[in-house]
Amino acid sequence: MKDKRIRVLVAKPGLDGHDRGAKVIAQALRDAGMEVVYTGLHQTIDQILNTAIQEDVDVIGLSILSGAHIPLCEKLMGRMREEDLSDILVVVGGVIPKRDIQKLKGMGIKGVFPGGTPFAEPIRFIRESVK
Amino acid sequence: MGVATYIKNEKGEIGEVILQSGITVKPVYGPEDLADLDYEKDLGNPGEYPFTRGIHPGMYRIRPWTMRQYSGFGTPYETNERFKFLIAHGQTGLNVAFDLPTQLGLDSDDPLAEGEVGRVGMAVDTLRDFEIAFADIPLDRIGSGLTINAVASITLAMYQATAEGYKFALDKISATPQNDILKEMVGRGNWIFPVEPSIRLIGDTIEYSAKVMPRTNPVSVCGYHIRESGCTPAQEIAYAFEIAMTYIDHVLQRGLDIDEFAPRISFNLDIFGNFFEQVAKFRAARRLWAKLLKEKYKAKNPRSMWLRGLFGGGGGGLTKQQPLNNIVRGAYYALISALSGTQTMALCSYDEAYTIPTPQAAIISLRTMEILLEEMGLRDTVDPLGGSYYIESLTSQMEERITEEMRKVEEIGGMARAVETGYIQREVAKQAYLYEKALQEGKVHKVGVNIYKEDEEEEEVQLHEYNPAAAEVQIKSLKEVRRTRDNRKVVQTLRDLEKAVRRGENVMPSLLESVKAYATMGEMTRVFREVYGEFKEPSIF
Repeated sequence: MKDKRIRVLVAKPGLDGHDRGAKVIAQALRDAGMEVVYTGLHQTIDQILNTAIQEDVDVIGLSILSGAHIPLCEKLMGRMREEDLSDILVVVGGVIPKRDIQKLKGMGIKGVFPGGTPFAEPIRFIRESVK
Repeated sequence: MGVATYIKNEKGEIGEVILQSGITVKPVYGPEDLADLDYEKDLGNPGEYPFTRGIHPGMYRIRPWTMRQYSGFGTPYETNERFKFLIAHGQTGLNVAFDLPTQLGLDSDDPLAEGEVGRVGMAVDTLRDFEIAFADIPLDRIGSGLTINAVASITLAMYQATAEGYKFALDKISATPQNDILKEMVGRGNWIFPVEPSIRLIGDTIEYSAKVMPRTNPVSVCGYHIRESGCTPAQEIAYAFEIAMTYIDHVLQRGLDIDEFAPRISFNLDIFGNFFEQVAKFRAARRLWAKLLKEKYKAKNPRSMWLRGLFGGGGGGLTKQQPLNNIVRGAYYALISALSGTQTMALCSYDEAYTIPTPQAAIISLRTMEILLEEMGLRDTVDPLGGSYYIESLTSQMEERITEEMRKVEEIGGMARAVETGYIQREVAKQAYLYEKALQEGKVHKVGVNIYKEDEEEEEVQLHEYNPAAAEVQIKSLKEVRRTRDNRKVVQTLRDLEKAVRRGENVMPSLLESVKAYATMGEMTRVFREVYGEFKEPSIF
């Protein structure tokens, strides 16, 4: 199954409605040859995980701009441990201050890409991480 | 350079310039570009149809623009303090930010609200919170923008109840709820109910305000957020006008005369991008709106034809890199706004690429507008760019582009349909992607981002900190209200509200009763949700 395309779920957790970034990165990942599913807005962590399982994705990419990235990511990573979903790669983008990046990585988020990161970086990171 | 496509010639000079709206800019403009322009018909004096040069004859000589910075965070107590602070520093109108649970009709103790209470605006659960936030604010002199949409009707009822409680006459108070749900479905994302009932709720507020609170501006139609979500300047105006026309058509069906409510419709538009394209955009919009109201809607009152607006400096043009540069960008945006004949001005603050502004950053934005007003001569004469070969030519071309984009929406069957099918969302997302690609490829220049970069560490700006303790205070206060109110009265008023909703009556009178009984945001929203259901986003990829 070497030619299997990488499947990515772009997700908007919580109440934040700013989806410009999510829709932009979804188009960039698709242009890079990945299959992209976008959840739409106002998703709970459980809804996101259900979609991830149903769609059998390799990657979950969260887009968060409200400042609530720490509690949302803690919740997601906790639920993923409970559900034994640790084979899914989790990356986060949005308005993420630099000082929070280590904290997010400490939770098991593999890639953090604050707004303005060139598309090439998450694309390369995902390709290298999903084997 | 600017926000446009620049094509170099073989000598490396700028050969061709194509603005985002698709207009090609010539190297020089002259009298031949104005040959078709008829002063009376196309421009008119300021204050005269078609209002291209401004809606008032004297403009800023008579009355300076209103300065209305967006503010509000944490608990209503903290918001009240910030309001007083801004008014003490010369701000002349309020613009209230609400937190996300409030904007989505959730109580602060709802599990979905966790981590969000008071984060991006003030938390509101009941009338009590409005009473605290607006304590000691002269509501007869200071107008208030309420930046909320899906449940704008509820907050408008709260504003009325607050004003009544503090003994202000209803014909003196001026609220401007944003109340533009269609743009929430395109950008910004704080929608709850489906398209049709959402439009009906807006119709209720328009009809009700016209009768009960005549100085209230029941809807502020937003091109701003659609532009910030990615569309072109011409699309921004086209989509805003199509949205406004959707609301107008709905209210006309109720039997109101256009002149009964059109004068209170206002616009919230964005400043970002090419300087001259922006000025031309606003002038073209004013002319086109006046023509639409006069010719299509047969308005008689000139006030119905006025495009009254907040032209505000957007956050999308600000950068996280070298954040102090954003102060300079804000100053140029303010200049564009003043040269475009705005009624109200607001600027995103220099730290807003990170979070909501610190008091210091909010004051710098206010001072930016005040410096323009007090030191630069912007009040001296009306529409100083009027008659410029370039500006007038661009204004006419912008009008054509806007009309073209409107035609595309009308071919789909109007804005409600274009949003339900995802046409607009797809168009906006596509433009956002194209812009981001151009930025990353260096085709659009952005100082500090892709040119004049500094290799230093990310600059540490002093940030507004989220205060989790505020959520606890808010939830405690909510529980206190629930315990001390007359719960039988709450149940009764909510039942009356449900009846009104089911019968399709104007919900505002029943909503006011529920609000006065201290029903919570969540309780009132639940009534609507049960009858209306929820909006389902169209899949656009």
